[in-house]
Amino acid sequence: MEQTNFQLKKQKSQSNDWSARLHHATRATREDWMGKGISYLCIGVIILVVASMLWFITSKGVATFTQNHVSLTKFLFGTNWAPDQGHIGALPMIVGSFAVTFAAAIVATPFAVGTAIFMTEISPNKGRKLLQPVIELLVGIPSVVYGFIGLAVVVPFMRHVVGGSGFGIISATFVLFVMVLPTITSMTVDSLRAVPRHFKEASLALGATRWQTVSRVILRSATPGILTAVIFGMARAFGEALAVQMVIGNAAIMPKNLISPASTLTSQLTTGIGDTIDGTLPNNALWSLALILLLMSLFFNALVRVIAKRGQLKHER
Amino acid sequence: MLKQYSFEETAVQTFDDKTSLAMKTENLQVFYGANHAMHDADLAFPKNQITALIGASGSGKSTYLRSLNRMNDGIATVTGKIWYHNVDINEPTVNIYEIRRHIGMVFQRPNPFAKSIRENIVYALRANGLKNKAELEERVEKSLRGAALWDEVKDSLDKSALSLSGGQQQRLCIARSIAMEPDVLLLDEPCSALDPISTVKVEETLLELQKKYSIIIVTHNMQQAARVSSQCAFFHLGHVMEYTPTGTMFSNPQIPVTQDYIAGSFG
Ligand SMILES: Nc1ncnc2c1ncn2[C@@H]1O[C@H](COP(=O)(O)OP(=O)(O)OP(=O)(O)O)[C@@H](O)[C@H]1O
Ligand SMILES: [Mg+2]
Repeated sequence: MEQTNFQLKKQKSQSNDWSARLHHATRATREDWMGKGISYLCIGVIILVVASMLWFITSKGVATFTQNHVSLTKFLFGTNWAPDQGHIGALPMIVGSFAVTFAAAIVATPFAVGTAIFMTEISPNKGRKLLQPVIELLVGIPSVVYGFIGLAVVVPFMRHVVGGSGFGIISATFVLFVMVLPTITSMTVDSLRAVPRHFKEASLALGATRWQTVSRVILRSATPGILTAVIFGMARAFGEALAVQMVIGNAAIMPKNLISPASTLTSQLTTGIGDTIDGTLPNNALWSLALILLLMSLFFNALVRVIAKRGQLKHER
Repeated sequence: MLKQYSFEETAVQTFDDKTSLAMKTENLQVFYGANHAMHDADLAFPKNQITALIGASGSGKSTYLRSLNRMNDGIATVTGKIWYHNVDINEPTVNIYEIRRHIGMVFQRPNPFAKSIRENIVYALRANGLKNKAELEERVEKSLRGAALWDEVKDSLDKSALSLSGGQQQRLCIARSIAMEPDVLLLDEPCSALDPISTVKVEETLLELQKKYSIIIVTHNMQQAARVSSQCAFFHLGHVMEYTPTGTMFSNPQIPVTQDYIAGSFG
């Protein structure tokens, strides 16, 4: 067996036909084809799943407008949400979602940036040993736990301090603040650590103080990364359903203030999805909410890309 | 196999009282943890001259240079005395920010900030409380002229500094340092990332600058040391072995280790 194999090889290598010799497939080229084939297959499957999901949500989401003939403006700007009676004004949920998202991001960002500066510039050792594990732990806690703590602690606290039922935007903001804080912090830490060391040295060598160096050089050059971190945090807040649902009160009405029960796109989806029948207006209306969520997450993604590009340009130019 | 040279056999010049000195170190030692990277450096730097520090890689040139403006704070332990205007600036009570304003530093790798050319220069001035717009403009022009960069960038001061060539970036870093109007300028291999033409430009700049500043430059390029410096110190394994006028160092080195290094038959 071996003998023949050997002879075969010998014969081949002795061939004077260079074209044949250089074109014939060997194990290496076959492995190449195989690797390529497998990875294309995987990519194909993923693309198929994503595309069908997009198509599914989109087609269901637009049914409200194409089949039930609800006008888009009514949907986006109407304030009356009673799908059973044919009213589907989604503005209260849209407002609710944006309100809790922005409020949580605005509150969380200063804390996150402060913590990140502490961890990278002020006390890198303690940062790495103490805070890093804490933050990683916080990222991993499931959202239902956050919601439960919100329900057991934050809602009664708000009820006690500001009155009302305690359910509402402010409680949701607080819970989301705690949830997005570790996300924003850890990404900000990464972007601060990525600032080239020589920027810091250059600044210090010019006689700038540590604070000036951090605020005018390090934060400045980490800005695209920090913005990205904030957007990721916002995307998480915008898409969070369970924890929000547990503390916001779930009333599909325009929020009058921060302490009255309200609802978000996600909380309305999770509360409503079990009670509707496929193909009816109430069900289609929920799909339309889902479509808004999808579009928003695409928007967040696009934003991150734009910022990354800008940041790169700034460094290359 | 590295040849063993005695650390006892050194030739380090001193200056008489008539020479005015920019800086001087006495018994300077630097430790990176347990690594004793600099032994007993006693060097004096005459005012308005260029002093070159030469020696093989790892011999402690950067370590020594970085000690002079306290850039080793938080990285290494530095003992001994660093005299500047009759003050020992190695004392912990000294204001390091003030020191770095008077003793500027330019690094091996051009490291302008990711800001505009103008902002790169204005940054430190602003950080020091200079706010007057006209004065800032004036300093920008003056320092860029001083660093021989003005003609090349005067029409594009708002362009990103990172769009400049390596040589231009390094001259911008020099401009940034001299905008602070320091006394002493420390340069750590400022030309090692530059092409010969940019190198010549930087060298011309330095020769011009020594009229106003005292300059200490680390270089691996012997020709460069010979071209620009008046004094030359040779470092070997964390020891200063020879410190003599540059002419002497290159034509008539005093001790075997320097002779071998200059001749290129080292180790
Ligand atoms: N940040 C640091 N931490 C620990 N050890 C260091 C550090 N910087 C330098 N050293 C050590 O100090 C010694 C001298 O290094 P130094 O950088 O001063 O050499 P150099 O003469 O500047 O070399 P080169 O010509 O390669 O720049 C080396 O043994 C090096 O390992
Ligand atoms: Mg060095």
